[in-house]
Amino acid sequence: MTLNRRMFLGTGAAAAAVLNAPAVLAESHGKPRVVVIGGGAGGATAARYIAKDSKGAIDVTLIEPSRTYFTCFFSNLYLGGFKEIDDLGHNYGTLAAKYGINVVHDWAVDVDRDAKTVSLAGGGTLPYDKLVLSPGIDFVEGAVDGWDLSAQNAMPHAYKGGSQTELLKAQIAGMPEGGTFAMVAPPNPFRCPPGPYERVSMVAHALKASNPTAKIIVADPKGKFSKQALFQEGWANHYEGMIDWIGEDFGGGNVSVDPNAMTLTIDGEVTDVDVCNVIPAMKAGRIAEMAGVTEGNWAPVNAADMSSKADADVYVLGDASNQGDMPKSGFSANSQAKVCANAVRGALTDSKVFPAKFSNTCWSLIDTNDGVKVGATYEATEEKIAKVDGFISATGESADLRQATYEESEGWYTGITSDMFG
Amino acid sequence: MRLRVLLPAALAAVLAAGAVFGDQFGDAEAGEKVFGQCTGCHEIGDNARDRIGPHLNGIFGRKAAAHDGYRYSKSMQRAGKDGLIWTAETLDAYLENPRALVSKTRMSFRGVKDAQDRANLLAYMRDFSDNPADIPEAEPTARGTDHDVDPAILALEGDPEFGEYLASECLTCHQSDGSADGIPSITLWPTEDFVIAMYAYKRKLRPHPVMQMMAGRLNDEEIAALAAYFKDLE
Repeated sequence: MTLNRRMFLGTGAAAAAVLNAPAVLAESHGKPRVVVIGGGAGGATAARYIAKDSKGAIDVTLIEPSRTYFTCFFSNLYLGGFKEIDDLGHNYGTLAAKYGINVVHDWAVDVDRDAKTVSLAGGGTLPYDKLVLSPGIDFVEGAVDGWDLSAQNAMPHAYKGGSQTELLKAQIAGMPEGGTFAMVAPPNPFRCPPGPYERVSMVAHALKASNPTAKIIVADPKGKFSKQALFQEGWANHYEGMIDWIGEDFGGGNVSVDPNAMTLTIDGEVTDVDVCNVIPAMKAGRIAEMAGVTEGNWAPVNAADMSSKADADVYVLGDASNQGDMPKSGFSANSQAKVCANAVRGALTDSKVFPAKFSNTCWSLIDTNDGVKVGATYEATEEKIAKVDGFISATGESADLRQATYEESEGWYTGITSDMFG
Repeated sequence: MRLRVLLPAALAAVLAAGAVFGDQFGDAEAGEKVFGQCTGCHEIGDNARDRIGPHLNGIFGRKAAAHDGYRYSKSMQRAGKDGLIWTAETLDAYLENPRALVSKTRMSFRGVKDAQDRANLLAYMRDFSDNPADIPEAEPTARGTDHDVDPAILALEGDPEFGEYLASECLTCHQSDGSADGIPSITLWPTEDFVIAMYAYKRKLRPHPVMQMMAGRLNDEEIAALAAYFKDLE
């Protein structure tokens, strides 16, 4: 079925190249076509909303290599033992069956913006009238001295959900008594600003139970980090003496690793480590670069509709985009996807386009029933997505409130994954 | 001003001019008569016990749903966890319209609509809260504030199509099928309840910071549109 579909669309691509008149073309082929690359918080949401709200008037194809998608958000809770890996896995069955989305499990390997086609690793091309790129992140080569992707089994990044997360958890479980867990934290901007520090909390939670004399070292190129006061208060309360955070001022940015010797060198001092979680500097997922819509590491977009500054028929969502004030988070990507879906529908059908509204909230778990959050609302300006208003949990909050915040985060997980996958 | 209610900025300005209230403090004696509306369910004073509702001794300064031994509704428990504290201001809003503050409260009471009656009632109830620290003198018992949402706003016809777009922002957390694990359901609400609740967040009477922020930037038309969309969402 999928193959036939692709073949049919492939034929259309040739015509597209010849005619080079998208508006007319869309009519001549019946429905306008949207191709979405990446089935995470941005892409799955955009595909679902475009298909759902256009009620079949737009032909939507979603390209995502994974049949089961493991969310990166909440993966720290799996490391801490609060979630099973299966709790984080989702599939695309409902998007295909209920919303009529053509889900293609393949890699997009190239985008031809002149011909308006996407090439797939498995062969064939897909034509589009509008292309939505939501490829997430890749890592900057050479960002951490001594580490590259070939070292990701010895020193996992675990910053994409799935097998890497499982590997890291297994390594933590296998640490010798009193061993050392090290993290190399990334420089700004990166996916999920509180993520590394929630991870430290969750690793500490797991080790406190299984290996209480173990140590945690964090080498950080930054001088400060998201929710720092909340995390540091929590670390002091729950994991006293266990966590050593080495920031910019103490040489946390001057690091190298040796994946064979399992050593981490911070500012010239070599430490033997048992587990080393290297989270390198990040950039937009590679397909954004191949599509030629990136400037530097990220893809600049117009705040009003998330369209690329390089091409009005291409939209970039989530982590890969350079949009202004929003953090790179699943919540942000989901929020941006809805603005984008509204704009794409408006451009391809006669549906109303409403003004952009964006929001984000990030919950983090520090220990059992000790949840904190930070959030903000945003608006589109000429220049960027600009922050309007925000809030953050306070230090010293009551245990009841922290528990309510954690329970709320679980509700959010159910909410956003339903919003993405139907 | 389109609203009869005092919006936060206006409220702050009024509070700054606290002296205005000097002669508007409630009359506890008159309040005792008003309390007659409450005695079917609540006791107050010596030997007061929990009945259909909890007894009300020491209510000022207490967190919602924090009185031991009484079984509160889930909604009231959630309000307490979110940080709702009973002060002159929150009690005033709750007494005026209980569901404006706590959506599914078991207190099925239409509310005391007259501001002076409420002021008197609060002055009476305050006599049974024995910790003066919980009742700062600077916080006037009577404020003459009317929290009711303007009927013209309640009567606004929302555009469900606009509501559907705006609702997509709500549905990142709240679930479209109405389930309520960790985060309350917002589907199938009567529009009036929905609008009243959103204004309670806008005015920060309801305590939740995410909701205060989200509601804070919605205008009358947007709230009406959301209410129109969610009332039929199944």
